[in-house]
Amino acid sequence: MTVETKLALSVDEVRSFSQLNNEPLWFTDFRVSAIEKATELPMPTPDKTNITNWNFLEFPNHTVESATFSSLDELSDEVREVIDIEGQENLYIQRNNTPAFLKVSEELKTQGVIFTDIQTAIREHSDLVKQYFMTTAVKVDEHKLAAYHAALVNGGVFVYVPKNVVLEKPLQVVFINDNEDASLFNHVLLVADKNSSVTYVETYVSTVSESKGQANIIEEVIALDNAQVNFGAVDVLAKGFTTYVNRRGHILRDAKVDWALGLMNDSDTISESITHLVGDGSNANTKTVVVGRGEQKQNFTTEIRHWGKNSEGFILKHGVMRESAQSIFNGIGKIEHGASKSNAVQESRVLMLSENARGDANPILLIDEDDVMAGHAASAGRVDPIQLFYLMSRGISKADAERLIIHGFLAPVVQSIPIKSVQEQLTKVIEGKVR
Amino acid sequence: MSTLVIKDLHVSIEDKEILKGVNLTINTNEVHAIMGPNGTGKSTLASAIMGHPKYEVTQGTIELDGENVLEMEVDERAQAGLFLAMQYPSEISGVTNADFVRSAINARRGEGNEISLMKFIRELDKTMDFLDMDQDMAQRYLNEGFSGGEKKRNEILQLMMIKPTFAILDEIDSGLDIDALKVVAKGINEMRGEGFGCLAITHYQRLLNYITPDHVHVMMQGRVVKSGGPELAHRLEAEGYDWIKKELGIEDETVEQEA
Repeated sequence: MTVETKLALSVDEVRSFSQLNNEPLWFTDFRVSAIEKATELPMPTPDKTNITNWNFLEFPNHTVESATFSSLDELSDEVREVIDIEGQENLYIQRNNTPAFLKVSEELKTQGVIFTDIQTAIREHSDLVKQYFMTTAVKVDEHKLAAYHAALVNGGVFVYVPKNVVLEKPLQVVFINDNEDASLFNHVLLVADKNSSVTYVETYVSTVSESKGQANIIEEVIALDNAQVNFGAVDVLAKGFTTYVNRRGHILRDAKVDWALGLMNDSDTISESITHLVGDGSNANTKTVVVGRGEQKQNFTTEIRHWGKNSEGFILKHGVMRESAQSIFNGIGKIEHGASKSNAVQESRVLMLSENARGDANPILLIDEDDVMAGHAASAGRVDPIQLFYLMSRGISKADAERLIIHGFLAPVVQSIPIKSVQEQLTKVIEGKVR
Repeated sequence: MSTLVIKDLHVSIEDKEILKGVNLTINTNEVHAIMGPNGTGKSTLASAIMGHPKYEVTQGTIELDGENVLEMEVDERAQAGLFLAMQYPSEISGVTNADFVRSAINARRGEGNEISLMKFIRELDKTMDFLDMDQDMAQRYLNEGFSGGEKKRNEILQLMMIKPTFAILDEIDSGLDIDALKVVAKGINEMRGEGFGCLAITHYQRLLNYITPDHVHVMMQGRVVKSGGPELAHRLEAEGYDWIKKELGIEDETVEQEA
């Protein structure tokens, strides 16, 4: 059954937006075809969360104009509090929908690395973008939100690391949201060619207290044979957004991806992180920390799907729910037929701090092959009143005692994150959310 | 001088009355021991003074220098000067011992008057040495994976660092070997003095060989039934509790078994 939906932009508007941005014809056609699909495709169905009444489609403006930054001194304290801006050698800042600052080291340029905003990449690196943009990891016609995203992309980043290039210094991307009318249809496309290695860190920071927009974010990581990708993300989007964020990995032979995700939005959020271990000997390690608060409703689905032999997938996820926040934590390890000698391991832990907070951990193992290893652990529980009593009996206030328990609960994940800057960012963001 | 006064204290847990009118006055510069067989309400008294969430005070008062303790939250009681060394200290994952103790000290000192990191580290090192504790215990998670003896030492470490006015020690001696017991006693004796009072709950006379109490109280049936000096503890060690039961006409000394 298909349901016709009224979308915020017409085919003509999508076409003229593309032309206004001097996009190549193939991309204009791609957008137009996507908006046509979006009308008819069904919504995604996140397991155990009913999103029928969520508004994913309407927004005040498709794009907003923002000033660029001529110097990093112009960045607000809220941004500086989270990110060590001066310490970055490779830095891209997007302000709402505007590419606002770019700094690329000489090392990166001489090695032939591409690190640029997505609009520039579509124009100047058309062949590479065309090859990978929603063709390999995420497909345009998966569901309405994927097609809607493809039609309306208005920001994002393209990273290409050539063969055999090993980058020591991380690439830091900051998505600043300081306009309440802004909607973020960000697309991140990261391609690590054979034998390359890269660390990419992105940070979403809202400095508005409440947004009226949409965040429909799709990020694709493609690791070719023997490549290694360290992907860190810290999401701190404001209340008011309806957030759909889809991070997808496509990992080829002997390649490896490490995801470190700090999902700290204050918005209602559907977060989907799926990694396809396509090649033999491929490896994915997903570490996620979450703090929910207020009236938030969220769904976090982390899946690793094994296609290649000897592939290994690890999911570690700790979440804290405060106040009346509600969350579903789906962890899925799926081993396809033929992926022999594979190993799928997952652990999900949820801590609820109040009577009204809700967190459900659903560990799922789907195995279509005999000769494999798999394991899971999951727990969801409320904070122990005796622990609180113990801490308070030393003079620590209830709020501080809860803060200590939350930091402590998330610490095993935060401290296992291989990217130090992500650890630091997360510690600060968590502190901000539990204060 | 500070005074902790407990008057006619009645305490229930899940609608079952455990304490049935406890009266007790403790001054600083005094060590009181509460003794008694198992199940007579000793630990309930300790927990109720500190404000344990499971215990409900149904009658009576607790006052610290005239202030109503029962109206205070647990952290306010601690800030007012009370400390409870627990029989079973909680394990808190991800929070280091050092961070926890510093948070506790700073909570009592208040904002703007925090202890300097250097001074804190010096004091922590010194106190851990005094208690024969491994320095790496400072960076371990709070009580996580600690042995019974390590947990009790850690309670005394917190006591010595936080320096409360009144410490309540709930069976601090249970499960300790003699060397650990000596260390724990050494810590408590170090605290003794003008600004410090102590209520030690135990059912073994053994602890009192190392910490000489000024006053000894016996609890039965949820009340203090007999009080005396250190000689009372010696007599209990020699003769047990039966003579008290006989003297007072008590058949069953416990409260727990009454339905």
